[in-house]
Amino acid sequence: MATSIKRREPFRWRSLAIGLAFISPAVVGMILFAIWPIVQSLYYSFTDFNVLQSPYWVGWENYRELLDDRVYGIALRNTFYMVLLGLPIHLLFDFLMALLLNTKIRGLSLYRTIFYLPSITPVVASTVVWLWLFNGQYGALNALLHLFGQAPIGWLTNPAWTKPSLIFMGAWFGGNTILIFLAGLRDVPASLLESADLDGANALQKTWHITLPMMSPVIFYTLIVSVIGYFQYFTEAWVLSSTREGAAGGPLNSMLFYAMYLYQNAFQQFKMGYASAQAWILFAMVLIATAILFRTSGWVYYRSED
Amino acid sequence: MKAMEQIAIPAHTAPAPAWWQSFTTGDRLTKVVAYLICTVVGIGYLFPLYWMLTTALKTDVEIFQFPPTLLPAMPQWQNFLASTTYIPFWLYMWNTVVICGLTIIGTVVSCALIAYGFARVRWPGRDLVFMIYLSTIMLPAQVTMIPLYIIFRQIGWYGTMLPLVVPAFFGNALYVFLLRQFLMTIPNELSDAARIDGAGELGIFWRIMVPLLTPALSTVALFTFVGAYRDYLGPLIYLTDQSQWTISLGLKMFQNMYGAQWQLMMAASALTMIPTVVLFFLTQRTFIEGIALTGIKG
Repeated sequence: MATSIKRREPFRWRSLAIGLAFISPAVVGMILFAIWPIVQSLYYSFTDFNVLQSPYWVGWENYRELLDDRVYGIALRNTFYMVLLGLPIHLLFDFLMALLLNTKIRGLSLYRTIFYLPSITPVVASTVVWLWLFNGQYGALNALLHLFGQAPIGWLTNPAWTKPSLIFMGAWFGGNTILIFLAGLRDVPASLLESADLDGANALQKTWHITLPMMSPVIFYTLIVSVIGYFQYFTEAWVLSSTREGAAGGPLNSMLFYAMYLYQNAFQQFKMGYASAQAWILFAMVLIATAILFRTSGWVYYRSED
Repeated sequence: MKAMEQIAIPAHTAPAPAWWQSFTTGDRLTKVVAYLICTVVGIGYLFPLYWMLTTALKTDVEIFQFPPTLLPAMPQWQNFLASTTYIPFWLYMWNTVVICGLTIIGTVVSCALIAYGFARVRWPGRDLVFMIYLSTIMLPAQVTMIPLYIIFRQIGWYGTMLPLVVPAFFGNALYVFLLRQFLMTIPNELSDAARIDGAGELGIFWRIMVPLLTPALSTVALFTFVGAYRDYLGPLIYLTDQSQWTISLGLKMFQNMYGAQWQLMMAASALTMIPTVVLFFLTQRTFIEGIALTGIKG
């Protein structure tokens, strides 16, 4: 790129037209599937809207109602539980696994395959398997506990256990992140690690002083993407907690997450205005979380390319 | 290397015991420990898949034995066949394949064009528009879900696969980003030479860039497939008619039927996983490189 010939741009308008022509699907897509729906959603959030009748303006009523909605509070708390506890546990686990895989162990591609497989299998198919593993009476996990003389656990029936169960299961879906971290670890310059070796640094010191700073952009990227993703946590909990009657959320709503409650309000009760208000609060939370992450990103070390 | 100066390594550390030194200076013991942990976790990772298969081969009596048997007394291979008739498995599979196929076509074509416009054509305001476009990745689906549902209902697409497929033809910011990274590395001389020979932008795109971009495009196609194949929320919202359901919706149906046929549910889950697993083994390199690209260059 550096050697490209500097020439004057005589056809500025022409190149603008060509450029816009190429990206026109993106422009149309952005307007149709992002900008317009965002605005529309904001409007709906101030209305009473059940799809069949046209929206009726109610001002801040939906937002006020959310303040008194006990179930909404539960969904909010459960979601924060997942973002503040589940996510750090998962990222730490994924990072440790990537570190271990990076010790140049033999059979790396086999391990890589094993860790990655759950990430590409359809979520419903694999969650259904966990539904069976978690089964209180006949499940394999309680059988394992039985083997060690332990009492069975109500993985999905005891409200105190449901979220830890979800976090436990979530570790199984970490393969994608493990591989992202592993690829990042391979990008850490070997020369730095070797010179640290010469200086007599041990593995922990090397990890702390070289690997982590070098990895920080990858960690930061993963953190941002994960925070946004965990705020939208849906399918796993939906499949694990839904009943024959069509309800979802698990015992005492202990598995009711933000996106689930929003879905129920929007598509089962058709309270579109109310659900839109929830969507906007979610949007605000995601924006604030991202802003906080960027504001506190002083620990991220960008190595200069040249 | 500028980075060297910033990394402070303590010069004086207390002499550590020999075993600790051999452990921490990264030789055999580290490797053994790494092996051990990876193997244990690996077995843990494989266990659910093993349990799925072994349950799929049991009878409806054996699955309710406690403690459960590790292997089926008599492998019930016909369970796999039974699971495909218990729910209209092949119909759902076909619906899923159609949606995946159209989504892949739409995504690959649109993303290649968009990425070219962002990477190879110089136009005023390009980088600003690209930043805005890229920021749409962070937009939670919940925000746009309801207005899109309303509009799709109004134009009569509700209950069809169109809401799942048509948006793919308008690009995907993450994949555009990935392709753009690729296109930026192609030297300008190639396209300049073609331009001198009188090739138009579309000609350069089609005859020079697309062939060079093929590996990246296959990565995009692969990820798009996995994404569409795994999707649950989209079909859940839009596919109201059971005859149009995808396999994920179909699997979920098992749960709602009376008398949990766990062995059939596991058999159907296993069958559903086969395409992605086979695809992964066939295209492992593309996958691994793609993951590295999505994660790192961010």
